[in-house]
Amino acid sequence: MIVDVNANMERWPFRRTPCDELPRLVDRMRRHGVGQAWVGNLDGIFHRDVGGVNIRLSEACRGQRDPALIPFGTVNPKLPDWREDLRRCHEQFHMPGIRIHPNFHGYKLDDPMFAELLDASQQRGLIVQLVIRMDDVRLQHPLIDVPEVDVSPLTKLIRERPELRFVVLNGADKIRSKAMGELASTTGVYFDIATQEIVGGVASFASAITPQRVLFGSHVPLFPLEASVLKMRESGLGEDTRALIESKNALRILGY
Amino acid sequence: MQSDNPSPSASCGPSDIGGFGGMTRRTMIAGAFGTAAAMMAGRANTAEGDSTAIWDGHVHLAGVEGTMEQRADRLLEHADRLGIQRLVVFLGALGGHDPKPEEVRQRNDEVLKAIARSPDRILGFVYLSPKYPKESLEEFDRCVRDGPMVGVKLWVAMRCHEPALDPIVRRAAELGAPILQHTFFRRGGNLPGESDPSHLAALAARHPGASFICAHTGADWELGIRAIRASANIYAETGGFDPCAGLVEMAIRELGPDRVIFGSDAGGRSFASQLAKVVSADLPEPARRLVLGENLRRILRPILRRKGIKT
Repeated sequence: MIVDVNANMERWPFRRTPCDELPRLVDRMRRHGVGQAWVGNLDGIFHRDVGGVNIRLSEACRGQRDPALIPFGTVNPKLPDWREDLRRCHEQFHMPGIRIHPNFHGYKLDDPMFAELLDASQQRGLIVQLVIRMDDVRLQHPLIDVPEVDVSPLTKLIRERPELRFVVLNGADKIRSKAMGELASTTGVYFDIATQEIVGGVASFASAITPQRVLFGSHVPLFPLEASVLKMRESGLGEDTRALIESKNALRILGY
Repeated sequence: MQSDNPSPSASCGPSDIGGFGGMTRRTMIAGAFGTAAAMMAGRANTAEGDSTAIWDGHVHLAGVEGTMEQRADRLLEHADRLGIQRLVVFLGALGGHDPKPEEVRQRNDEVLKAIARSPDRILGFVYLSPKYPKESLEEFDRCVRDGPMVGVKLWVAMRCHEPALDPIVRRAAELGAPILQHTFFRRGGNLPGESDPSHLAALAARHPGASFICAHTGADWELGIRAIRASANIYAETGGFDPCAGLVEMAIRELGPDRVIFGSDAGGRSFASQLAKVVSADLPEPARRLVLGENLRRILRPILRRKGIKT
């Protein structure tokens, strides 16, 4: 079974994609052996009614068993009363974690609100997924100008919160940067493979940061699920390493 | 430059076929991808005329380490895991944006070493700089007319709508060698010598008898496809940018299945992520086969036959 930790429901505002309706996405996951997917709601990037976004996410995932869809709600600490969104994700929707987009939501990681969000997430035992980028900033639609998230402050913040479980999405291709390299050496931090490139990149990435820190992620429906499926294949991984990346690491983070 | 790559520098053998959610890995892939999947399951068919063989139209000797021969081996090892039969290699280990003739020659020598290593698996396009027209024609003759290469690669030394390119295009067309031009629609503006697909459309209009491959389809592919839509002698190439879902579907809708070519931009890019653009697309299988290899073979067949290279 594969656990895809980087799936999204709903539509990207600038483009339709073949699997941006949930039944088609679920069918594609099933065909490729994805047994569980951690799902965010793309509306959460752009909508201010985050409460509604998270209700729709929760309802879409409820009762979905093959694959199981695990909702990761949106929390935007720049919105008034964001702590209530976090509380609902935890207590009302029983989500295991949240997904955050600091660049689209307009804050830096040295913003005190971000530290508060990490504190609150750690206290509730929520996994935090941070998305470095949604698209190639060189090719963004002219109506947006959203840089990649600068992770420079992040290593210190996470080392100060040793109980926090933290997943970096769409950042694997930045691992050679100093800040991302430091982050990759920090306990409790995991990376998905959706944006990992170069030939055999999953194998070299796992070798660089240890296979225990690498998670299967696809960034569907913006990327095809097949990209990550085939990257695993291209890398020629041994059975144990493949199992860690495809499912065991993710299930361990969830507490299974 | 690695503008088309993410980094600044920038087998499925029997043991890999295990239980997988009630399916074997091989049947899972085959079921999902149809005919193309059979190639991906590890059968690199070298039979002449095989309509299902996957050919990658855009590969560099970068992203892997070692001598050029070792790099060729490593690229092929990874390609084999995905059933990719042949690689079109150019630009060697890359290099500067505006190379002098000596550097151009070095890049081509690197490719010649890779071809010599695996002549049945690696094809080469000669890299030229239009800033040096005399040396470019001499290099074309060395590598294509008198050598094993079968096409031309143009990068970012000069925008391709400039008249300086005309002698190169005429020489390539005489021998039936396609011209692959790097293209990009870069937010904030392209590099000084960097072409976008509109520049290529202007060049192609002056040379209706030549064949052009629009590398990366401008990367901002929704613009690139439109920019080359009216140019029947330009083919869209799919590699070198994020594996965006929907690219191939749009390209085929707007250009037709005969004008789209699979390329990866490996090794700075993954063969896998780029191949996924095609194998994931909602397409009839005949159209997918065209994109994965038939179109490139059709373009190259005359020059390959003239050189005695199997297709």
